[in-house]
This record gives sequence, C-alpha cells and structure tokens, in this order.
Amino acid sequence: MGVPLRYNLRNLVERKGTTLMTALGIGLTVAVLITSIAMKRGIDSVFAGSGNSEQAIVLRTGTDSELNSTVKEENYQIVRRLPGIAKDASGEPLVSPEAMTVVNLPSVENPNGMNVSVRGLLPIGLKLRESAKLVSGRWNDPGKREVVVGEGIASRYPAARVGGSIQFGRGSWDVVGEFVNGSSSSNSEIWADLNQLRGDFEQQGGSNSLLVRLESVAAVQTFTEAVKNDQRLGSAAIPEKVYYANLTKSSTGVVLQSIGFLVAVVMAIGAGFAAANTMYAAVARRSSEIGTLRALGFSRASILKSFVLESVALALLGGVVGALLAAPLNNLSAGIGNFQTFSETAFKFQIDAVAISGGLIFAALIGLVGGFLPAWSASRKGIVAAMREG
Amino acid sequence: MFRLAPLILRNIFRHRRRSLLTLASTAVSLSVLGLLIALFQGFFFAPASSPQEALRLISRHKVSLTNVLPASHEARIAAIDGVVSVSPYSWFGGVYKNDKPENFFARFAVDPEELRKVYVDYKAPDEQWKAFTRNRTGAAIARKLADKLNIKIGDRVNISGDIYPVNLELKIEMIYDAPPNNDAVLFHVKYLTELRKAAGEADADTVGTFAILARSADDVPRIGRAVDALFDNSPSPTRTESEREFALSFLAFLGNVKLYLAVICAAVTFTILLVSANTVAMSVRERTREIAILRTLGYSPMEILQTVIGESVLISVVGGAVAIAFTLGLTTLGSSALGPFGDTIKFTPQVVLAVGVTAALIGVLAAIVPAVLASRRNIVESLRYAG
Repeated sequence: MGVPLRYNLRNLVERKGTTLMTALGIGLTVAVLITSIAMKRGIDSVFAGSGNSEQAIVLRTGTDSELNSTVKEENYQIVRRLPGIAKDASGEPLVSPEAMTVVNLPSVENPNGMNVSVRGLLPIGLKLRESAKLVSGRWNDPGKREVVVGEGIASRYPAARVGGSIQFGRGSWDVVGEFVNGSSSSNSEIWADLNQLRGDFEQQGGSNSLLVRLESVAAVQTFTEAVKNDQRLGSAAIPEKVYYANLTKSSTGVVLQSIGFLVAVVMAIGAGFAAANTMYAAVARRSSEIGTLRALGFSRASILKSFVLESVALALLGGVVGALLAAPLNNLSAGIGNFQTFSETAFKFQIDAVAISGGLIFAALIGLVGGFLPAWSASRKGIVAAMREG
Repeated sequence: MFRLAPLILRNIFRHRRRSLLTLASTAVSLSVLGLLIALFQGFFFAPASSPQEALRLISRHKVSLTNVLPASHEARIAAIDGVVSVSPYSWFGGVYKNDKPENFFARFAVDPEELRKVYVDYKAPDEQWKAFTRNRTGAAIARKLADKLNIKIGDRVNISGDIYPVNLELKIEMIYDAPPNNDAVLFHVKYLTELRKAAGEADADTVGTFAILARSADDVPRIGRAVDALFDNSPSPTRTESEREFALSFLAFLGNVKLYLAVICAAVTFTILLVSANTVAMSVRERTREIAILRTLGYSPMEILQTVIGESVLISVVGGAVAIAFTLGLTTLGSSALGPFGDTIKFTPQVVLAVGVTAALIGVLAAIVPAVLASRRNIVESLRYAG
C-alpha cells in the first residue's frame, strides 16, 4: 500500500514559502526551455510550411541560393519543353521564371533598416502558389510599379502596408495588396513584376531561378535528373522542399536556439540541486513522521515513492509557473536573419502543446533527479531513530 | 566580524550536504552566467583588435552585401580628403575541398598593393608581400588558418565558386600574422574579374566591399559621410561604416541579441537568488531556538545579522570561485565550437570580476530578509519554537 498523495500535497501547502521559492526557481528554468522550444517550432514551421513536394527549383550549378543564381532566357525555353512538367488549363507548362533581390527597409526596432527579399514574378508565378490568398487590396498589375507584400512584412514594416509606397531600385513602388501564404517563408517576401524588377536592377532577360510544377511527386526525381544531364543548361534542379530545409540550417535563429537550450540545461542542473536541498530539509523536518509511517506499516519502498512523488509534484508546480511565465510570448512575431538569402524571415513563437509538455517533462525530470537521493535517505531511516529525531 | 568567523564556519560545516548542494547550484548557474557575460562582451564590448582598427572604414552597397558596387568607386573614394588608401575587400564565398565546417573560412578578393597600406597590421616578410603582389594567381593566408589547414608557402589551393560562377586556382605566396578575427585567404581581385569576364558575366568589374584607411581616427566619421554623400544619387549608393560598426551590423542580423542575452542573464541571476534565499531561510528557520540562545548569551541582533549574512556570502563567493573555473572551461569549449568566430568568446578579467561581484551580491541579497527577521525575533517566543 502506498502513502496517499494527499499527504505530500498537504505538506507542500504547509511549507508555502519554501515550496513557492523552489517552484519559482524551477519555473524560470522551464520558462527558458519553453521559450527555446517555441522559437524552434516557430522557425521550423516557417520552413516546413514552405515549398510544394510536386515542385522543383532550377538554379545555376554550384550555387544553393536563388540570390547568386542566374538562368538564361534560352535555358528557360529549354526547361519548358522537358517532359513531366504539369500544364495549366490553357496548356501552358507551369514553369515560373523568378527574380530574387534583397532590399533594405527601415523597421520600428531597427531604424537603420533590415533586409527583405523581393521576388519578381510573372502572372504564371501565382499559379504555382495557389495557396497564396489576398488579405486585403488586389494583386499587382504587371505593367505598373506595384507590389504586394506578405503579412509578415506588413505587420513589421509600417511603410509597407496597402496604400503606402516603398523605395527601392530606381524609385517608388505602390503597395496594392497584402497576401498570406500558409505559414511559409513567402509571408516575409515582397512580390513585384519580374520584368519591372529586373529592369530596376539592370538585368535584362533571363531570371535568377525557375520554379517548376511537375505532374506528380515521382516526376520530381526524373526532372532533376533530366536537368542535371542536359549539358546545355549548366543548371541544377532541387526539390523545393529540400531547398527550404537547407535554408533552415543556415538561419541565424539556430544560434539563439542553441544558446537557449544550453542555458536551460545548465540551469536545470542548478535547479536540480536546489530541489534536492528543499527535499532534504523536508525529510529532516519530518523525521518523526517518517518513523510513524513506518511504524504504521508503510514499507521502505512506499516511503521512497512518496518522497519522489512529492519532489516531482513540487517540480511540476514549477513547470506550470514556467509555462505561465512563457505564455505571453505565444504568437509574438520576431524576425531572424539568414546568411543564405541575406534577408529577414518573420516567425512566431509557438507556445503550443509540444512546447508546454516539453517544459513539464523537463520539470518532472528535475524533480525526479533532485528528489531521488533525499527520498532514498528517508526510506533508509530506522523506525526508532527516526521517531527520536527532530 | 572576525570574532564571528568561527561560528560562521561551524554553521557551514554543520550542514555539509546542504552547503555543498547550495554551492554546487550557485556554481553551475553562475558559470552559465559567466559564459553569457563573455559572449555579451565579445559581441558588444570587444576591445579593438589592433590600433589600426579604429582608422578603418568599410564601404558596401546601401541595400545589402549581396548587391555589388562598380570597381570605379575605388578611385573616387581615394580622392576624398583624409583617405590614405583604399582596397577592394570582396567576399568570395566558395567551397574549399568540401562543405565540412572545418574547411569553412573567409576568402576575400583584394588589391595586394593597396591592401598592404590599408591593413598595416597584417605582418609578413617583405619578400612574401612582393611575391604575393607579383603573382596574379597568388594568395595570402593568415598564419592561424595555415596551421589549422596545414597549408605552406608554395601550396596550391583550389576554391570552387558559389556566389561567382568561377573556380579559383591559387598558389600560396604569403603567410601573414593578423589581429584576431582576421583569418582569411586573400587573392587578387584582378584575377577574379578576369575569370568572371571569361565566364561571360556582363558586369564583371564589380566589388563587394571596399576597405578604407583614414588619416586619423577623427577623420573616420566625416569620411564615412563623405563617401555615402558622393554616391547617394548614383545607381549604386553606399553605406560606409567604421570596421567596428560593420561587424556589429552582422550581429543585428541575428535579431535583438542584446535584449535576448540580457533577459536570459536576468532569469539566471534571479534563479540563483531564489535558490540561495530559500536555503538561508531554511537554515535560519531550523536554528530559531539556537539563535534565541545566542541572544540570551549576549549576542546583539547586529551580530546575528552578520553571522547569517556572512554564511550566505561565504557560500556564494566560494560558489562564484568554482563558477569562474567552470566558466573558463565553458568559454574554451564555446570558442572552439564557434570555429572561425571563436575569438568572440573570451575569458577575460572582466568576466571574472562580473561573476565574482554577482556572487557576492547574491550572497548578501539572498540573506538580507531572513537575517533581519531572525535578528528581530522575540527571544522568549523563539525559545518556545518547536521547529
């Protein structure tokens, strides 16, 4: 028979001050961990939500970034005729030549400006991005100096909102619409007309990359082989999903995440020692009670279990405190840089079930490890000696 | 105070396990604080790597590092009053051997003749400078990097391009000693331009960044403004900053690092404070009767206060000392993990001081409330306290 859990919970309530202080200490540790998980989940969801598994991106051989890539006009024509490419209703192959450039926009937090990606598209580009939906305004008119902005841009850069105008290239561009594209990184992009944009940056003809929709997921592999083996092209095709997975790796968010996890783990060691201290004090204070419990017939094992559970309960309380401390960060929008694209990608901290349960498990572990030795010493006490103590 | 020292020591040693656990908890948490402080210092308060650093400016395209500048900017910058010399200093990127992290290092296209004037703190024998300048496919490598990659004078180094569609075939002509964070392979910008023209690039005569040496530190801000004003209305406007500001702009790229580190440091410090305060409170509560007896023996409330605070401070400070040793280990580990940016994390006297002072302050702050309460407690009531 086990010692009732109520006995432990009442003891925790009885020692309010100590319980709260220890829980708060564990709570801060857990808060650091939850924040790091939330950041990782936010960043991962951006890149995991980017790219379509039926699509591939064609870049110059030797580069893995759209920015450094060029694809000549004649190569665009060659790629259009490759087999396995999906076609739209009018029979046009779904191949989108795209330009990519980086511009500097001042933001609230950073008056010197942060870098933002601008993508140049032809109308066909939108057909490869059916998931992009207008939030307000309209799509840009290809003949005009107009742009549409992703919601991540609109929320972070005051000037880049519908009705406003932004300066880059050879002058001013009107913002005519705001779009959202799932949780993908295109929410951190500005879209303009391909030819207008290339003209502004003195690049005539051709594009940086080609985005290609294939007939099926299986066709992607065949297509990448075909591009690789075509000596005329000097290009390589990468599945779009793989392209975005690589971007995650080079994102600077990884640095901050790693610092966060390292700090959380080291703090947890400290918090574990503190939990042990609290539990040793509890054991010492309740020496005669332990003797009484033993005299009543509770086994050493049930005493051990009881004190370990008390420690875990204490730590879980800390975990809840930690979750509450971290909760206000939920959905907070922040930006991370990327050394691959030299621009900023917006993400949202995701304090979701995974982050919180991660924090609680972490807390329980601190309690388990910190509480084991004190509980062990409690269970080893001789009945008579224990009753005499304290 | 010293009269109380034996009592303080006895109290610490009476509860060896508790003192040790508190000490360990403080030491572990303080060491991570030490690491963060070292990182913070490396990011924001790094001392100038050499006296010349303060004299240099870096000019790049106003929009971003991926936008290039025409090579013709060089002559126009050089004509500005106060500019001693200018050299292209273009990031090449590329891949050496494979994309393993240990083979990643900086490669810059430079004009060796001008570079020698701008980076007077790059030290190499005169004949090596001359050999590097003479050979269009020659290259220079920083000594630390050469040792790490086991590269010697006369070695061939091939680097395949990713930003540029060209491959470099270089011969090492010079090994130079450079101030921290300047480890790179340098080669002729002329060679790069030639290759780019051969590859059919339309605008091959471009440069990523220019390094500028100013006559005096006072000239630096004015030159920065003058360069930017010169190209403000051109198709290729510039942003010119001191070498330090340029480095910090990379950091801005990581996000709000300053705030992030500050918040984590605060969380760590507050956690240690809670843990220590909790321990002091537990000890004092257990000794309620004992303290009352000391009072009846004639110890003043002030002396009680001093024993409690003394005990807490002593444990904290010893914890701090252990933490400093841990920090040394963590910074060494962190530094090697960062590879080419390893100089960012350094174990400095300032880090030691910061950890030490924090430890002492935590010792005092953690004890102050329980100590005051204990010293003020009514003697008779305390004697009755059952514990």
